[in-house]
Amino acid sequence: MEKIICACGHSNPYGTKLCEKCGRPLTEEEKQNKVVDMRYDGMAIRSKTYNKSIIDKIWNFFSSVKVGIALIIITLIAASIGTLLPQEFYVKASDMEKGAYYEDVYGVFGKIYYALGLSDLYSSWWFQILVGMLAVSIIVASLDRGIPLHKSLKNQRVKRHESFMKRQRIVAEGQVTAGTEETLDKVAQKMTEMKYAVRRDGSALLAEKGRFSRYGPYINHVGLIIFLGGVMLRLLPGFYVDESIWVREGETRAIPSMDGYFIENRDFILETHDNEPQGEQVKQGVNVVAKNFQTDVTLYKQPEDALPGDTENLEKVKDYSIRVNHPLKEDGFALYQMDYRLNELKQMNFELVHKTTEESLGKVEIDLTNPKKEYDLGNGSSVQILVYTPDFDGFENGEPRTKTSVPNNPAFLFKMTTPETPEGEVSFVEIMQPPLEPLGENQYRMKFAEAEMRDMSGITVRKDKTIPIIFIGGAIFMLGVVIGSYWNHRRLWLQVEPDGRVLMAAHVNKNMFSMKKDLDAVTAFAALPSYKDQLEKDEDSEESANGSIKEKEGDNT
Amino acid sequence: MSLIDISGNLLYVAFVAYLMATLLFGGSIKQANATGKNIDKWGKLAIGVTIIGFLSQLGYFITRWIYTGHAPVSNMFEFTTAFGMFIVGAFILIYFIYRLTALGLVALPIALLIIAYAAMFPNEVSPLVPSLQSHWLTIHVITAALGQSILAISAVAGLIYLLKVVDLTKPSKQRFWLEAVMYSLVVVIGFVAVTSTFNAMDYESSYTYIDKEGAPHKIIYNLPPIFGMHEYEAIEEHGMSPIVEMPALINAKKLTTVVWSFIVGSILYVLIRLIARRRISAIFQPLVKRVNLQLLDEIGYRSVLIGFPLFSLGALIFAMIWAQIAWSRFWGWDPKEVWALITWLFYAAFLHLRLSKGWEGRKSAWLALIGFGIILFNLIAVNLILAGLHSYA
Repeated sequence: MEKIICACGHSNPYGTKLCEKCGRPLTEEEKQNKVVDMRYDGMAIRSKTYNKSIIDKIWNFFSSVKVGIALIIITLIAASIGTLLPQEFYVKASDMEKGAYYEDVYGVFGKIYYALGLSDLYSSWWFQILVGMLAVSIIVASLDRGIPLHKSLKNQRVKRHESFMKRQRIVAEGQVTAGTEETLDKVAQKMTEMKYAVRRDGSALLAEKGRFSRYGPYINHVGLIIFLGGVMLRLLPGFYVDESIWVREGETRAIPSMDGYFIENRDFILETHDNEPQGEQVKQGVNVVAKNFQTDVTLYKQPEDALPGDTENLEKVKDYSIRVNHPLKEDGFALYQMDYRLNELKQMNFELVHKTTEESLGKVEIDLTNPKKEYDLGNGSSVQILVYTPDFDGFENGEPRTKTSVPNNPAFLFKMTTPETPEGEVSFVEIMQPPLEPLGENQYRMKFAEAEMRDMSGITVRKDKTIPIIFIGGAIFMLGVVIGSYWNHRRLWLQVEPDGRVLMAAHVNKNMFSMKKDLDAVTAFAALPSYKDQLEKDEDSEESANGSIKEKEGDNT
Repeated sequence: MSLIDISGNLLYVAFVAYLMATLLFGGSIKQANATGKNIDKWGKLAIGVTIIGFLSQLGYFITRWIYTGHAPVSNMFEFTTAFGMFIVGAFILIYFIYRLTALGLVALPIALLIIAYAAMFPNEVSPLVPSLQSHWLTIHVITAALGQSILAISAVAGLIYLLKVVDLTKPSKQRFWLEAVMYSLVVVIGFVAVTSTFNAMDYESSYTYIDKEGAPHKIIYNLPPIFGMHEYEAIEEHGMSPIVEMPALINAKKLTTVVWSFIVGSILYVLIRLIARRRISAIFQPLVKRVNLQLLDEIGYRSVLIGFPLFSLGALIFAMIWAQIAWSRFWGWDPKEVWALITWLFYAAFLHLRLSKGWEGRKSAWLALIGFGIILFNLIAVNLILAGLHSYA
């Protein structure tokens, strides 16, 4: 593509709107405008220049701010749809029952919601593609505009052509009352006082302040991309671990995914507030408010040379009380107090007694998580456990069935052998129920003595190596947003022509109100001609002003 | 008098001060319209009373903080009251940048409505559940609320802008929606009126019902029941019986409150229309006829620029840090989180539209109102309707 040679002799890249050197408008459109479009300072923008090849077209699509905004709005609407009903991961139902759950609880709407995949919207392929497209749009649009803008801001000339000056939003023209040098000196002095960087070139002056704020949007976009990149890294193995385990009091268990580490639950503590329930608490029928969920643990580690699964000789790493908001951190992992279950049966004790005389032949202590096959009572008597169901749920084909492996409702099929009954007697024992004797009347029975209870802690094991990346992304984003929002780029051009005419123009990328305060100050100080805001609308004529100005000036990046 | 009583009284003082300041702002504008003189005197008096009210509410906030031992932002009453306070604070900030009295005429009534709305929730001190026992409660909630309240000022500027420019003499979509905004403000008054009336009467009707999982529960209505819960049976009923029974999915008690608010709000609205013989927008229009539109537009934009970074920091970044500590993941697609993201996306779209598509003036004003609508939705609907981890009240 050919270069555009400006009247001042500077050769500009194809697509440039305002000459890079002197600022003369180069396109017919800009020449027609009363106020030039100062976005990107009139530089050639790739997406506005080329539209031939397929790559151009893709580039132009993603660089379009209109497309970017459309993507934001679509993402926003999609995200809101996902909040209509609880998402699947908040629903307490197994995967198989989820469809039925939505239909049962939310009726036809729930059924459709589930069938459309809206109940797992945020991990759906289309939602992720949407976010991906947003990311591409951020990258492309930033490169498309950021690079030319940077070049233009870096290579600014002090002296601009009159046609550039006169097409700024703020212009002033008139005769200087004092001498040329004196006026320029005074302007320079006042602008420096107001923290502007002042550059002079002959009888021309450029005062500039807050240029870095123009980079704010690009910096925050970089932050967003780093953030999204960090989130994507989770998909790689080794970056992200999310496991959970239940540990009973007194138990020591290997921590999943945390090789060589073991956790012992020494005690689970549930504390409640001892306040008088009142107001909302009473209305919602909440009698007590939890104050603290805590698991006192000891963390152990296998010695370096230990075989996997060798739980002897564990080395203690530390004692810690895991509480909500106070996870245990070790070796890049964090252990969270997430759940608990109180008073789970730990052990049941029975006595083998004669049915009529109640004479005891000995005691059997059954550890419900790890019952023995046979208990020898010493005096020639023994008790065998033929079948153990931790969570008895009725019979299936004559066999006792268990619902879960948690000892909520233990039941046993015992075989009791005594010197009197060497053949053995069979008895089915369930909590709180009279024993069943499937093979005929027995002489002996297992008499329930007592049970021991214990609590159980649900611990979440989490490793997320992406956190530092995500955090840096967030910090860069915040930095960019703050720079772009709380500062603005102000420029003032002033030239004294050989005939003593003074020409002034000013530009600010946002917040014209503050710029005008600066202008008022410098105009008064250096006795400059009063300036005019070329976009100032007459009071009450908002509509006509809206119609006549096509490309608005005022806020631009 | 205990600290908590002092705290409550300070809140009353603040409420009355805001009410007086609203009238003074109205007076200052009337003066300006009539004579063009005395603006300064009235305006200064109005902002002075506003500041007194704000300091008094700050006193409420601090004394309650000392009494409860945690930042008073942990339930609907506390948070919403604080939100009202921050809106007044944001207004004071913007007022001292731009010195626009008309802003107070809208910002203060909105803050008053928000605080009155908050007062309808139980205001007793409730202990904190374990997940809230963290310094991040203070940091996250206060930053997010500050951001939201500065964003709210852009809606205030937008509303004034529209009150001035929308032609109320001919029917148009804009005229309709502007009046709809005014109507919704009256509905809030309706809610406050009906709730406080029946609260004062100690109205209670209790029922049993069956929830969606099939479990029986008891519920107490504080308003006469229009809708009955699923398979409800009266325990103790006063005045009226439910007219319609609702399926288990719908909380008939909340629906009853909403419908009562609309009924009373509509009656009030019709009364206002009958007495004033014009639209509510038209009542306000003369008061804002002298405001500078460009200045309003700039205030609207500037407040988004100030509020957006604060909102991003408080409602997203601090929220993520806390979520990582308390719930083991920084993001979990909880409804409140999603709606914070939606708010953020919306204002991001607002800024891009403004930067690149030149959506200024009227369009920008409408967007600011919609944005505030999203913020209120996140405060009211998400907490009360879409259940999630943030349903603390």
